[in-house]
Amino acid sequence: MTKYVKGATGDWEVVIGLEIHAQVLSESKLFSGSSTKYGAEPNTQVSFVCSAMPGMLPVINEECIRQAVRTGLAMGCKINLRSVFDRKNYFYADLPQGYQISQFKDPIVGEGELVVDLEDGSTKTIGVERLHLEQDAGKSMHDQHPTQTYIDLNRSGVALMEIVSMPDMRSAEEAGAYFRKIRSLVRYAGTCDGNMDQGSMRADVNVSVRRPGAELGTRTETKNVNSIRYMMQVIDFETRRQIDILEDGGVIAQETRQFDPASGTTSSLRSKEEAHDYRYFPDPDLLPLTFAQEFVDDLAKSLPELPDAKKERLITELGISAYNAGVLVAEKESADYFEDLLEALTHKTGNDKKSLASQAANWVIGDLFGALKKASKSVTESPVSIKDGAELLSLQVDGTISGRIAKDVFEIMLETGQNPEKIVEEKGLKQVSDSGAIEAIIDQVIADNADKVVQYRGGKDKLFGFFVGQVMKLTGGKANPQVVNDLLRPKLDA
Amino acid sequence: MTQDLTKLTLAAARDGLTKGDFTSRELTQQYLSAMENGREMNSFIVETADIALHMADKADEMIAAGNATGMTGIPIAVKDLFCTKDVHSCAASHILNGFKPKYESTVTANLWHDGAVMLGKTNMDEFAMGSSNETSFYGPVKNPWRALDDKGVLDTKDYVPGGSSGGSVAAVAADMAMAATGTDTGGSIRQPAAFTGLVGMKPTYGRCSRWGMIAFASSLDQAGPITKTVRDAAIMMESMASYDVKDSTSVERIVPNYEHALTGDIRGMKIGIPKEYRMDGMPMEIEKLWQDAIGWMKAAGAEIIDISLPHTKYALPTYYIVAPAEASSNLARYDGVKYGLRVEGDSLDGMYKNTRAEGFGDEVKRRILIGTYVLSAGYYDAYYLKAQKIRTLIAQDFAKAYAQVDVILTPTAPSAAFAMGEKSDDPIAMYLNDIFTVPASLAGLPAISVPAGLSKNAMPLGLHLIGRAFDEETLLRAAHVLEHAAGFTAKPKVWWGEKS
Amino acid sequence: MEEQERAEKMSVDKKIVAKIADLARINVPEEQLEPLAGELNNILDWIEQLSEVNTDGVAPMTSVVAFTLPFRADKVTDGGYRDEILANAPSADHGFFAVPKVIE
Repeated sequence: MTKYVKGATGDWEVVIGLEIHAQVLSESKLFSGSSTKYGAEPNTQVSFVCSAMPGMLPVINEECIRQAVRTGLAMGCKINLRSVFDRKNYFYADLPQGYQISQFKDPIVGEGELVVDLEDGSTKTIGVERLHLEQDAGKSMHDQHPTQTYIDLNRSGVALMEIVSMPDMRSAEEAGAYFRKIRSLVRYAGTCDGNMDQGSMRADVNVSVRRPGAELGTRTETKNVNSIRYMMQVIDFETRRQIDILEDGGVIAQETRQFDPASGTTSSLRSKEEAHDYRYFPDPDLLPLTFAQEFVDDLAKSLPELPDAKKERLITELGISAYNAGVLVAEKESADYFEDLLEALTHKTGNDKKSLASQAANWVIGDLFGALKKASKSVTESPVSIKDGAELLSLQVDGTISGRIAKDVFEIMLETGQNPEKIVEEKGLKQVSDSGAIEAIIDQVIADNADKVVQYRGGKDKLFGFFVGQVMKLTGGKANPQVVNDLLRPKLDA
Repeated sequence: MTQDLTKLTLAAARDGLTKGDFTSRELTQQYLSAMENGREMNSFIVETADIALHMADKADEMIAAGNATGMTGIPIAVKDLFCTKDVHSCAASHILNGFKPKYESTVTANLWHDGAVMLGKTNMDEFAMGSSNETSFYGPVKNPWRALDDKGVLDTKDYVPGGSSGGSVAAVAADMAMAATGTDTGGSIRQPAAFTGLVGMKPTYGRCSRWGMIAFASSLDQAGPITKTVRDAAIMMESMASYDVKDSTSVERIVPNYEHALTGDIRGMKIGIPKEYRMDGMPMEIEKLWQDAIGWMKAAGAEIIDISLPHTKYALPTYYIVAPAEASSNLARYDGVKYGLRVEGDSLDGMYKNTRAEGFGDEVKRRILIGTYVLSAGYYDAYYLKAQKIRTLIAQDFAKAYAQVDVILTPTAPSAAFAMGEKSDDPIAMYLNDIFTVPASLAGLPAISVPAGLSKNAMPLGLHLIGRAFDEETLLRAAHVLEHAAGFTAKPKVWWGEKS
Repeated sequence: MEEQERAEKMSVDKKIVAKIADLARINVPEEQLEPLAGELNNILDWIEQLSEVNTDGVAPMTSVVAFTLPFRADKVTDGGYRDEILANAPSADHGFFAVPKVIE
C-alpha cells in the first residue's frame, strides 16, 4: 500500500534515504586520547593529535570498535571482520587535518534490515546499507565576532557511527519511525546516548521524487538535521518544493541544502558537484582493521534483550497488548521500569505475574507517562519510585482502594513524595466495601431523592448514574463502586 | 695544543668520554666553533649553542655517574624535519614559519634520553622533497666536497650535497657535527651520504617511530643515522629505534645491540647482484666500483649470486605516484589556521589559497598537484591503485630474491654529486637520482650506503646494501666488511671559513 | 585510436590545472597555469609507462608492515593543555582559533 503525494498534475512518489550520524559513547576520541565529554571549555579537550600538529599520528580506540560492532549486531547487520580506514580529503576550518579519517569502500558493518511500526498498525521493512566509523569535526562559531569565525576543536576526532539506510522510505512518517528505531537500538545497546539537542545524533536527509513506477529522480541532501520533528519538516518541504519545480517543467539540482527551523524551509548550501571530489584513499598511517569472529560473538552475548524480542516476550508471555508493548519497549528505561514494577507488584500481592501485567502496563503508560510528560521528566527521573508504584497498584489489586481513589492518591504522591499506603492511611481513603454500610447509604439516598426514583422507575435509565454519584458523595468517594452497583440496582428496580 | 676532537668517530669519542680524556662540553664547544666557521655551507638553519652546552653538561653528569650509553655526550645535528620541543621545526618550509612545537619527536626524545647533545637543526629540501637540497626556503646547502681537476686544483663552483638530508650530511662531512639524524623516503639519507663520503642508513619501515616527524609520505618515511662509519651508524641506530604505541605503524620488536653484529665475518653470506640495476648510461666508474666491491666481498668469503628484480625500472614512477599522493593529503593541514604562516584573504578559502601559494616552494607545489591529480575522481584506478599494485610486485621481487640471498649489493646513486643548478630545471632528471634507492623504500626494506671510492674528479661514490626486513644486523655486518675492504679515508679539502 | 586514448588520459591542460589547484587550495596565477601544465604533463608522461605492467590479480599494497592494526584502551590520556595547543596559532581569541568569517 504505497502512499503517494498528490501534485497538480498527478501522483508522485517520494523516495527518502537517511544518513544518521551517531556519536559513539566512549571516554576518549576515536584516534586520540582526548576526552569526549560534552560541554567543556573550548579547546580544552584537544591534544596535539586532534589539532593536527605536524608529525602527529592516529591510534584507534578499541571501545569505539566494539561500539560499532554492537550497533551493527543490534541492527541485525553483517559484521565485516576486515575493514579499511580511508582519508576523505577536503578543506574546512573545523577539519584540522584537511582530511577526515572515515571508511569508504570497506566499512566495519554491512547490510541489514529493520522492521518499523507505523501508526496504522502496519509494519515496514527498511534496509540498512552499512555502518562505518569516522571522525567528527570541530565546531565553527560564526556569530561570536563580526569578521571572524571561531573554531573549537573539542569535538574534532570524536568517534561517529554513520548509519546509511537504503532509499526505502516513502513518507515522513516512515522516516520518523526508522529514525526512532535506530535511536532506540543504539540506546539499548549503550553505544550512543541519542541526545539530539546535544548533537549526539543528527541526520542528513536525502529526498527525491518520481512518478510512480519511474526511475529514481535527482536527490537533494539536507545536512545536519538534529531533531526528528525537523527531519519530517524537511521531507515535507523538499517533497513539495521538488514536485512544484518538476510540475512547472523545471529540473532538480543535485545539491546540498540546509534547514532553517525558524521558517521551516530548506535552502541551497553548495551546488558545485566538483567541490565534492574527496579523493578517498586508504589512510597510510593505519593498517586495515581486523578482528576474529570470537570478538564479535562475545559482543553479541553482551547485548541486552533488544526491543523487538522484548516486545514479543511482553505480548506472548505477559499477555500485554501489541500497542502497549510497543510503547513500553520504545525506550529501554521504560521497559526496565515496567518490568521491575511488575516484579515488585507480583511479589507484594503474591498473584500470578501475567494476571497483573496488563493493569500494570495501563497504569505505567496512562498515569505515569502522562505525569512525566507534564513535568517534562524522563522515566529515569520519575518522582514515583518502583516500590511506590507497585504499592499503589497492589492497593487496588487487593481492593483497599478503588481505581478512582487511586488516581487521587497518585496526585498526592506526585505532590508530596509520600508513599501510597501512608497517604491512604492518613487521609482515610480506604475503600468502603462493607455491604451493610453501603446499603444504609443507598437507602438514605433513595429516601432523599424520591422524585428521581419515580422518574427512574418511569423509564429514565440514565438517572442510575445520578444515584451512584450521590452514594459516592456521601461516602466521600470511598464506596467500592462494584458493591454500590450490585446493591443499588435491585433496590432501585424494586 | 688541544686535540681536534671534531675529527673523531662517534665510537672513539664514546671511549674518550668514558675514559675522561675530554668532556662533552669540550667536544661540543669545538663543534660549535666549527659550525660558526662553516656557515657559508648553510647546513644549519638554526644553531642551538646554549641548549647544546646545557645538554653537554648534563651528559657529563651522566658519564660521571657511570650511566653513559653509546650516545651520551655525543654532539649531533638534527634534520629540520624532526619536531624538537620549543625549537624551530619547519621542514625547511616557509609555511611553518615560526613554528616551535610543544612536543618532542620520539626519535629525538630517544637520543636525548640517551644523553646525546643537540647542536642545531639542519637544512634540507623543503618537506623532504628533493635530491639536492636546492629547494629549501632557507637557501641551498653547499657540499663540503668540491671536484678536483686533473691537476688536483679544487673547483670554485658549488656542488650539491644531495637530498633531502643535505644539511645533515654537510654538517658531518665537514666535521661540524659528530653525526646527524636524517630521514629517508626514497633515498634521502642514502643518496646524500654517498655524495659526501658518509655512511647513511634507512632502517626497515616501522623500526623507528614516525611520531613527531613531520610527515611527507607516510608509508615510506623513516628516520635513520648519518655517520662517519658503519660502527657509528650501528650505535646511533640502536638509540633512535624503538617501539612506539603512539605510531600505529611502529613494529613491536626488541631493538638489539646493533654493534654486536659487527663481527667482521661474512663467510658464507649470500650476496645478490640484481641485473636490472645495471642501467643504460651508467658511468663506467660506478660500474667498476660495483665490480670491485663484488670482488672484495667474494674475497671476504661471501657467495655472489646473480638475481633478478624484474620490476626495478617501474619503481621510480611508482614512487612518484605514491609519495606525492600521500604528501598531497599530509600537507593539507598547512592551512594558516593552527600554526605557521598565514596570508590573509577575502574569505577562508582565499586565506587558504594565498597562504599555501606563498608558503610552499615550487617543487612542493608540483608534488601536491600531481598527488591531488592522481587521487582525483576518474584517475584513482589508473594511477594510485595501479601504483600500489606494482608496489606489491616490487615487494614480491625482493621476497623471492631473499629466498636465495641474505643481502643485495647495488650502487647508491647514478653519479657523483653534481654542480649546483645543473639539474634543477628538469624535475625528472632530478628524480632519477633516486633510481637505486627507491625500490628498497617501496618494499620497506632496510638499506645502507657505504662510502666506497672516488670519482675521476675526486668526488665520493657510495655503494648500497639492501637487507631483509628487520635484519639490520646482517645488513650492518655486510656493510662493515664492505667499508673495511673499500678503505675509504678521504676527507673534503677545506675551502670554507678560517682555515686552520 | 589507442594513441589518442593514451594522450587523453595523461595530459592536463590549463583548465585541469586550475581545477586541481583549487582542490588543493593553492593560488596559481593565470600566467603560471600553462607552464605548470607542461611540467605536470612531463611527469605524467613519464609515469605512463606503468600501464605496461600486467597487474591482473595483484592486490594493492595496503600496508608495508605485515601485522594488524593495534588497539588503544579507552582512557582519557591526552588533551587539557589549551595554551600549548594555541601557542603557535596565527590568530587566537578567547580560547578559540580565529579565521576569516565563513558565510554559508
